[in-house]
Amino acid sequence: MDNILSIVTFVPAIAALILAVFLRGEDAAAQRNAKWGALFATTVTFLVSIGIYTGFDPSNTGFQFVEEAEWFMGLKYKMGVDGISILFVLLTTFIMPLTILASWNVETRVKEYMIAFLLLETLMLGVFMALDLILFYLFFEAGLIPMFLIIGIWGGKERIYASFKFFLYTFLGSVLMLVAMVAMYVDAGTTDIEALMSHQFASQSFSVLGIYVVGGMQTLMFLAFFASFAVKMPMWPVHTWLPDAHVQAPTAGSVVLAAILLKMGGYGFLRFSLPMFPVGAEVLTPLVLWLSAIAIVYTSLVAMVQEDMKKLIAYSSVAHMGFVTMGIFAANQQGVDGAIFQMISHGFISAALFLCVGVIYDRMHTRDIDAYGGLVNRMPAYALVFMLFTMANVGLPGTSGFVGEFLTLMGIFQANTWVAAVATSGVIFSAGYALWLYRRVVFGDLIKESLKSITDMSSRERAVFAPLIVMTILLGVYPSLVTDIIGPATAALISNYDTALAAAEAATQVAETH
Amino acid sequence: MIQADLTVILPEIVLAVYAMAALLGAVYTTKDGMAPLLVWATSGLMAVLAIWIATSGNGTNVAFNGMFVDDGFARFSKVAILLSAAAVLVMSQDYMNRRGLLRFEYPLLVALAAVGMMMMVSAGDLMALYMGLELQSLALYVVAALRRDSVKSTEAGLKYFVLGALSSGLLLYGASLVYGFSGTTLFSGIIQTAKHGELSVGMLFGLIFLISGLAFKVSAVPFHMWTPDVYEGSPTPITAFFATAPKVAAMALFARLMHDAFGAAVKDWQQVIVLLSVLSMFLGAIAAIGQRDIKRLMAFSSIAHMGYAMIGLAAGTELGIKSMLMYLAIYVTMNVGTFAFILMMERDGQPVTDIEALRQYGRREPGKALAVLILMFSLAGVPPMLGFFAKYGVWQAGVQADLTGLVIASAVASVIGAFYYLRIVFYMYFGEETEEALDTHSSPILWAALMGSAALMLVGVVYQFGIEGAAAAAAATLVN
Repeated sequence: MDNILSIVTFVPAIAALILAVFLRGEDAAAQRNAKWGALFATTVTFLVSIGIYTGFDPSNTGFQFVEEAEWFMGLKYKMGVDGISILFVLLTTFIMPLTILASWNVETRVKEYMIAFLLLETLMLGVFMALDLILFYLFFEAGLIPMFLIIGIWGGKERIYASFKFFLYTFLGSVLMLVAMVAMYVDAGTTDIEALMSHQFASQSFSVLGIYVVGGMQTLMFLAFFASFAVKMPMWPVHTWLPDAHVQAPTAGSVVLAAILLKMGGYGFLRFSLPMFPVGAEVLTPLVLWLSAIAIVYTSLVAMVQEDMKKLIAYSSVAHMGFVTMGIFAANQQGVDGAIFQMISHGFISAALFLCVGVIYDRMHTRDIDAYGGLVNRMPAYALVFMLFTMANVGLPGTSGFVGEFLTLMGIFQANTWVAAVATSGVIFSAGYALWLYRRVVFGDLIKESLKSITDMSSRERAVFAPLIVMTILLGVYPSLVTDIIGPATAALISNYDTALAAAEAATQVAETH
Repeated sequence: MIQADLTVILPEIVLAVYAMAALLGAVYTTKDGMAPLLVWATSGLMAVLAIWIATSGNGTNVAFNGMFVDDGFARFSKVAILLSAAAVLVMSQDYMNRRGLLRFEYPLLVALAAVGMMMMVSAGDLMALYMGLELQSLALYVVAALRRDSVKSTEAGLKYFVLGALSSGLLLYGASLVYGFSGTTLFSGIIQTAKHGELSVGMLFGLIFLISGLAFKVSAVPFHMWTPDVYEGSPTPITAFFATAPKVAAMALFARLMHDAFGAAVKDWQQVIVLLSVLSMFLGAIAAIGQRDIKRLMAFSSIAHMGYAMIGLAAGTELGIKSMLMYLAIYVTMNVGTFAFILMMERDGQPVTDIEALRQYGRREPGKALAVLILMFSLAGVPPMLGFFAKYGVWQAGVQADLTGLVIASAVASVIGAFYYLRIVFYMYFGEETEEALDTHSSPILWAALMGSAALMLVGVVYQFGIEGAAAAAAATLVN
């Protein structure tokens, strides 16, 4: 299995091709075949991807399972995973079968729906495995197309506005990144990510258009990448596409968006921004940290006043991503470990929360918080599941949400105490909006006429939630499952970062003394 | 001596003699009855010539004391011109036939325009340049007005002619200045004069006028005004032709003139091209947003695309020319497919150009809609389609030539431009249902052109049919 990464990446795409070519008609049989075909393909992908996990050696901080082939225009097809990316790969393959299962009720254009999700899976996996700049960009950007169609075709009332906003926002961020990538290639003469990590980009300060840029090239490139990843994360104040996209997307679209697509921004920071532009990163760290702190507090407050459940969870996602960027730019072991942990854990928790909304939305066709109340009386199992994930979202010890938040806060406390103080208040706010949401939807008396006949979760829905519950609690009580894998890789990342900064510092001093 | 010269221009001779002989033949026999046959014969001949040129030629051959240059660059452009002209000609037959527009002159005028274009890309002298350009333009003026009973078509032809004549005047004036200050019309002579330090003011003036004339032919802003009207007014197959082969020819001629004649003064023309490029990209992107007519929309799209291709030219390097040639090849392929689709847009047998007619097309014709979706994303430059690699190539050349500002501007323009390509996708997939559906019938040729071009956009990412090597070789012969 020398090319296990390519197999994992392209199995969903091949399945999509098979569905596209061989499946005809719109009748019930064709729909069933499309659903089972997609479920089968994503499950196979997950099972094969376990092979990556078992064959992975955490003590090796380099890239593993590397595949390389010549491409064109000086580019390479190069794939590989290291301690940072492997968990994202597994998260993706783990979540996808669940999203397919959660879409079992889709009725319009089922075949196209499944094809879009399968293609999306291929592209997302490619993002986490690509070891060539342009290959990475290709996967990163191509993922917009299926998501654009998913929101636009199967979305809610305002889907057109949301899909265009989603596409154009992310596209603008990404093309600026592409310009920086081109500049990197011209400077370093290669698009190989491994080689670029050891390449020193110029960091002499200079003036451009009358503005004095500290950190020179590195700062500008950092900003270009930041434009893309900050939108993708999303960070305050460029987060506004996310609530729209989430609210309008179908449930499975929201799940993929929250659980995986958002993680691409954080992954990008870890793969490109920190290792390749250490000086630029250091120059802009205060900015990123304060943006994160603002995001945590501000979006938590915004979440409190939402009327729409999905919007509330979307804002809560922005707040949680604030912890991630904060942890990454704390640039110490706890911070970065915590950031990765938080991303993985948020992948499970936010997916589950959106699925929770999907469960009642499928029954009542509304996401208005006011339309619910007292669900515990008729849906005890649902109430239990929803409570577990609400608590995980709040960061209750014993759930995976706690570990990530605690580690990032510990990391940032060592780096910048003020930011840590502000961010910690966000923990309280998150408890506020999450518990209040839970109370309004689940507790109280069941007085609404329309809810009197609501039914509890079906066995299919229970099957969707079971793996998520297991993972959330497992990671909460035994976080070493994750930290053992990412630990060596983040340690290497941080020591390289510190070395590069020290070298740049020394170079500046030499230049000044001469 | 003369025989050696004639060998070099044999492909042009063959096509020209064929066109004249066929003209005579058709006039003295069944006239328009010959037209369908002539369409096939002409495109067949052009395809054969393309293959011949692609496989036979090597090295640089000069004829007529340097007036005519047959090098790798010319051959690459000629193959692109001939193949796209042949494809568009074949695609047009059904459309023209059903509207009674299929006259025997049509394929022959296209053939003569192709001869002019081949002459243009091989020009090694200002006179040869002008001859080729005018042969091409005159043929194009006529085909634009082919539908004589339509006001729009005649208006398009007239507009194109008047403005085209103006631009030819500018070009000629520039040529005369350059001749006056360098004492020669041969590119190889002009470049010697330019090598002696700074260009004289007269030469600079001449250069600017030459660029203005050529900018008109590639429809670069601010010389673009004719484009939307001509695209809209001409019969759709003619529009398809305008959007493909002549654009390649004009850009190639542009590159040849800049490098062969003024290659020693890159800094002097680079700034002009940069300006043309930025303006074209932004105007193309912004003005298309308000368009409802898909032919006008494609007109602005082609203006924007010429802007991107000009980044490669502005770089003034071998990499720049290579990326420009690849851009043009990919652009032409995308446009052939897109226009094949536009030709299929009919309701009750009448052509429809309003993009709102595409509402819910994705539900009625999933296969064709998917192909259009791929082409639209490719035109917008979204990976993994080949259109993205076209942009990546010119950006790479631009950054390498220290034109980072231009590249950033083009990045912003490409986001604005993405909007209107997305809107077509929006109508096809998200739009409300309409009662007036487009006709479902389609000719197999159009279907094949659409599907083939869309498939190439994806297949090209994995296998490029050696186009990169050919473009690199072509660029190497031009820039040295």
